[in-house]
Amino acid sequence: MSDALLDIRGLSVYFFTPEGIGRAVDAVDLSIAPGETLGLVGESGCGKSVTSLAVVGLVPSPPGRVVAGEVRFLGRDLLQADPETLRRIRGREIGMIFQEPMTALNPVLTIGRQVAEPLVAHLGISRTDALKQAARWLDRVRIPSAQKRLGSYPHELSGGMRQRVMIAMAMICRPRLLVADEPTTALDMTLQRQVLALMGELKAELDTAMLLITHDLGVVAQTAGRVAVMYAGRVVETADVGPLFAGPLHPYTQGLLRSMPLLGAGRGRLHEILGTVPAATDPIRGCPFAGRCPSSFDRCRHEAPAMETVRPERQVSCWLYEDSKQETTG
Amino acid sequence: MRRYFKNLNFSIGVVLSTVVLAMALVSLFWTPYGPNTMDAHHRMEAPSMVHPLGTDQYGRDLLSRVMVGALNSIIVGLITVAIGMGAGVILGLISVWGGRLTDEAIMRFSDLLFGFPAVLSAILITAVLGPSAVNAMLAIGIFYIPVFARLTRASALTVKGLDYIAAARAAGQAEVTIIRRHVLPNILSPLIIQATIQFAVAILAEASLSYLGLGAQPPHPSWGRMLNEAQTFMALTPWMAVFPGMAIAWTVLGFNLLGDGLRDILDPRLR
Repeated sequence: MSDALLDIRGLSVYFFTPEGIGRAVDAVDLSIAPGETLGLVGESGCGKSVTSLAVVGLVPSPPGRVVAGEVRFLGRDLLQADPETLRRIRGREIGMIFQEPMTALNPVLTIGRQVAEPLVAHLGISRTDALKQAARWLDRVRIPSAQKRLGSYPHELSGGMRQRVMIAMAMICRPRLLVADEPTTALDMTLQRQVLALMGELKAELDTAMLLITHDLGVVAQTAGRVAVMYAGRVVETADVGPLFAGPLHPYTQGLLRSMPLLGAGRGRLHEILGTVPAATDPIRGCPFAGRCPSSFDRCRHEAPAMETVRPERQVSCWLYEDSKQETTG
Repeated sequence: MRRYFKNLNFSIGVVLSTVVLAMALVSLFWTPYGPNTMDAHHRMEAPSMVHPLGTDQYGRDLLSRVMVGALNSIIVGLITVAIGMGAGVILGLISVWGGRLTDEAIMRFSDLLFGFPAVLSAILITAVLGPSAVNAMLAIGIFYIPVFARLTRASALTVKGLDYIAAARAAGQAEVTIIRRHVLPNILSPLIIQATIQFAVAILAEASLSYLGLGAQPPHPSWGRMLNEAQTFMALTPWMAVFPGMAIAWTVLGFNLLGDGLRDILDPRLR
C-alpha cells in the first residue's frame, strides 16, 4: 500500500535490561490510510503502546531501542529522522492522547495555556490569538463555558473534562494522524461513549487518521475501521472490523472475543484463555501463542508462522491457514 | 491566604521574620545613633531610655548595631541562598538531563562537599581566601550548592517521569521548554521551603564565622562579631552578649518556623 499515511514495516523494539533482552515489539507491520481508524488490540504488555511510541520516536531509551524496521509517515522514514524533525512532527502532524487524563495535564499551568501551547510552539501563532483558538476548541470538545475554563487549572476539572482538554490539545494543530493510547480506559462507561463519539466526530471533520490503542474490544467495535490484534510483541491478525468480529481467524483472537462479557448472555463463567503470556525476555521458538493455543500442533512449537493474506484485506499469522494462503501478498 | 495563616508555625514565623526584616529595612535609613559612632563618656552602659539596649565597650549604641546587624544577616541569607540555589538548581537539572555519567560526576562531587562539616569547610575556605564578609558568604553559598543540587535532582526526576511531561514531549515541545515551563514550576515548592530553611542556617553559620573572626571584620556590625566582643565582658555587662544572641535566636527561629510552616502548607501529602 503505497498510498498509506503511516506505513510500519518490520518494526522491532527491544528493551535491553539486566534480565535479558525484551522483545517488546517484534517485526510488526501496520499501515493506516488517510482518514482511516486502525484499532490496535491486545492485552497489557503486548507492545501496543511501545509501537505507538516508536512511531513518534519516544521509546524510553535506555533501555529501549528500535533495532529494525521502518516507519514511513507521509513518505519519509521517521526512524531515520533527526530529533528536531521528529519534534516538529509531534503535536503538529501526529497528535497524541494518553490514558490518564488525571495526570497528563500540568497541574500548575492553566487549561488555556496548555491547549494553546502547540499552536504557539508549532505554528508561531501569538499567545493571544492562540488563546482565542483554544477557547473555540474547548467549545468544540463541548466543555461548558469554554471562555471561562481557559483560566482554570486541571484540578478544577473532572476526569471526563480533562480528557476532552487532552483531545483539544492533540487536535488543535489539525494533525494528519491521531495516536490515542487507551483514551477511554480511565473513564466510566457513559463518558467512554461520549468521548469516543466526540473523537469520531472531530476525526471525520478534520479527516484525521487514527491509531486507536486499546485492550477493550467494545471500544474497537464502536470506533475502528480496521483492527490489528497484537500478541507478545507481534501482530497476529489484521482485518476489517466487521469480518473480524463475525469470524475471527487466529485462535488468540477467537479466545479474546469469547472472553468478552455480553449483556444478557446469562450468568455462566466467562471464557478465559488458559496459561499466561510468555515473558518478553523468554526466547520464543515457533508461534508465541503455541503454549496457550487449543489448536496448536507440532509445527507451531518449532516454526514461527508468517503473516499471510488468507482472504482479501485479511492477514493472519497462523499455521492453521497454511492452505488458504493467497498468492497476493500484502 | 487564610489556609496559610491557619498554620501556627507559619504565622509565628511570619511575625518573627517580619520584625527582623523591618529592622533591617529601617536601618538603611535610620538608626538611633551611628552604628560605629563611639562615645567615650558612655561606655558599657546598661540599657536605659537613652540607649534602649545599652552601649558597648567603645560607647557604641547596641540597638543601632543590632539593627545594622539584622541588615547584615539578611544580606548574608539572601546571597548565600542565591549562590547555592542558582548553581544547585542548574547542576541538579544537568544531572537529570545530562546522562548517566554527568549525573554520577555531579552527585559524587555533591557527596564530597556534603561529607565535610559545613562550618569546618567554611573555615577552610575563609582561611585560604582570607577572612572577610564576602568570603564568608561565598564559603557558605558553596556549601549550599549540593543541598539544592540534590533536592532539584530528586524533585526533577519525579516530575520527569510524570505523564504531563510525556504529553508535552508528544506535543512536540522542545526539551528546554519542557524544563522551563513544566518541570521548574512543579519543583518550586520544595525549593522555596529549602531556601527558607537554608536562609536561617546561613545566618547562624555567618554568625559562627564572624564569632570566630572569619566573617565580617570590625567595625562592621555583625551579630556573631558582637557576641565575640561581648565575651570578654560577659560577667560585667551581660547585655552586650544577650541582645545580639537574642537577635540570632529570634531570626533563626523565625525563618525556621516559616520554612516548616511552608512545608506543611505546600506539601500535598500533609494536607
